Amino acid sequence: MLEKLRNNDTAIMLAFTAMVLLGPIILAPFGAGYPDLLQRFAIFGIFAVGFNILFGLTGYLSFGHAAFLGIGSYMAVWSFKLLSMSVIPAIILAVLLSGLFALVIGYVSLRRSGIYFSILTLAFAQMCYNLAYSVLTPITNGETGLKVLSSDPRILDGASEGLPLPSVLGLRMIDTWRGSFLGMDVQFNVGFYFCAVILIIAFYISLRIFRSPFGLMLRAIRTNQARLNYTGINTRPYALTAFVISGMYAGLAGGLMACTDPLAGAERMQWTASGEVVLMTILGGVGTLIGPVLGAGFIKYFENIFSKINDNVLSGFLDFLPETLREGVVWVMGAFVGEGWHLTLGLLFMIIVIFLPGGLVEGFNRIIAWFSRPKGGDKATARVPAE
Amino acid sequence: MGILEVQNVNKRFGGLQALNNVNLSVREGSVHAIIGPNGAGKSTLLNCFVGRLMPDTGSVMFNGQSLLGLKPHQINQAGVSRVFQTPEIFADLSLWENVMIASFARRDGAYRLNAFGRVKADGEIRDHAERNLSDVGLASKRNMIASALSRGDKRRLELAMCLAQDPKLLLLDEPTAGMSRADTNNTIDLLKRIGESRGITKVVIEHDMHVVFSLADRITVMAQGTPIVEDAPENIKGNPKVQEAYLGGAHA
Ligand SMILES: Nc1ncnc2c1ncn2[C@@H]1O[C@H](COP(=O)(O)OP(=O)(O)OP(=O)(O)O)[C@@H](O)[C@H]1O
Ligand SMILES: [Mg+2]
Repeated sequence: MLEKLRNNDTAIMLAFTAMVLLGPIILAPFGAGYPDLLQRFAIFGIFAVGFNILFGLTGYLSFGHAAFLGIGSYMAVWSFKLLSMSVIPAIILAVLLSGLFALVIGYVSLRRSGIYFSILTLAFAQMCYNLAYSVLTPITNGETGLKVLSSDPRILDGASEGLPLPSVLGLRMIDTWRGSFLGMDVQFNVGFYFCAVILIIAFYISLRIFRSPFGLMLRAIRTNQARLNYTGINTRPYALTAFVISGMYAGLAGGLMACTDPLAGAERMQWTASGEVVLMTILGGVGTLIGPVLGAGFIKYFENIFSKINDNVLSGFLDFLPETLREGVVWVMGAFVGEGWHLTLGLLFMIIVIFLPGGLVEGFNRIIAWFSRPKGGDKATARVPAE
Repeated sequence: MGILEVQNVNKRFGGLQALNNVNLSVREGSVHAIIGPNGAGKSTLLNCFVGRLMPDTGSVMFNGQSLLGLKPHQINQAGVSRVFQTPEIFADLSLWENVMIASFARRDGAYRLNAFGRVKADGEIRDHAERNLSDVGLASKRNMIASALSRGDKRRLELAMCLAQDPKLLLLDEPTAGMSRADTNNTIDLLKRIGESRGITKVVIEHDMHVVFSLADRITVMAQGTPIVEDAPENIKGNPKVQEAYLGGAHA
């Protein structure tokens, strides 16, 4: 039954769409139902879904995808400054420009494979990062970051009054309706729903790629690139196409970041940001459809919780302990929260990779298998590749 | 002129002369066996045909076109397919997907971006892959993941992939190694049948003399990088040079 559902694309899309659109309600009980965090879920979901098209299908591990995220952000802010506060041209331009960069960076990097490919992409991303801080300051505004000003030309929608805000179809990204659902406070935010619709489209495109002949060739590249060449397939343009598509997804995510918060800084291109999307994809399940979205949500959710806890919160929490002991415990635990949340992330990551190499998706599959075992009686269920 | 013409091919690995002035002519439609002791350079010679290795000197002409300097996918698209000595398959994919990739390569060429079609909905490709899987007797295992196959079955899968491409020239590097006697005989039958119906030229490297003498029209014996004898099968067995090569090879 579940097996069938998992292979029915319409069912997958319906379930996914419902989950995303009901996000503000579903996540409210977990304290994650507010716009800022929901937007991050959707945006990083898009980033990870795109990354997975390259890494999950072809096996090429890029350590430089944050460069495209940054390029998308800068492009979107420039679109706000020069064209209009509408988010539509902003994200279209962000996707196009990052696609162009991906074409160049991918063309060069894909001349090598394995670790050399990873290093090349990392080098390119660090180059972009450093350029943004130095030579390109006229475009990037250096350390201050690129901001929207009321004095910007904006040739399409002219000089609007007051502080300009990104908007779509007359609705501003920051507009939010508050409601109540089963006694919970729920917030329906324009910015989130805009990102959510794009996430759903992005997910659908990824699904189609997974099922397509193109996707099959990409999986064959991961499995045995040499055989594919000896089978008459020119693997380089296939890998490059995957690289460009995933670069465009990253640019789209970057553009959306600027749409929800119209400023762009070079730190978005740092290697830590490139590493984060790798973690998200692996954590959720490399090469699976839904895994990257889960991984992105998982990391952003725990980042949000753990990074907010500081020593005062901890002390409050551990009030029941005698003072001397409490100080010690707070000191130890303090290393894992707040600024030190990356330590927790590292531990979680290690645990998952060691015990669940297939990521969260493998975890869910095991749970489902465990629950459906007694009924069927036979454990000879064919192992279908996780999708 | 043969469909494959090899002239004065040399290949050196450091101090080892792996191929020493190799000349070979394969007649169109024939089955040409290459035999010889381990390390004679048989696989190395095939590597020079498919773009895995570049010979130091010499020429390799296929259908009047030089293969040297072409990329592996170009050589394949020109009509040359190869079964490798260690099976080269897509281990993570199902048998069906393995053969469908070959079918796609045959129909759509070296690159065609089809990101919105559905593999499963492409009846032509499915049927074609299915037919080639049944030809090698693997149709019942079509949904298995290829890595789960036995060594002999992997080889048959690889053969199905090569046959799905309708090659003009099929290079087979020990196609029956690791197979049971029964599967070996099936493979011999299959190769004979397909040889006759489709007119595929074949170059077969084999240690199993039963296979060699069942299939070959022509046999080349290689030793230490050089073809020492080329003759019809009936003249090979009694040739003293051949016996010496095998015995000499065993002692070297
Ligand atoms: N890429 C390579 N680099 C260095 N030496 C190589 C390489 N490929 C083959 N050789 C050497 O060249 C010689 C010929 O090898 P080859 O694989 O062609 O032999 P073969 O006739 O196919 O033997 P077998 O029957 O065992 O498969 C061997 O000594 C081998 O070690
Ligand atoms: Mg060999």
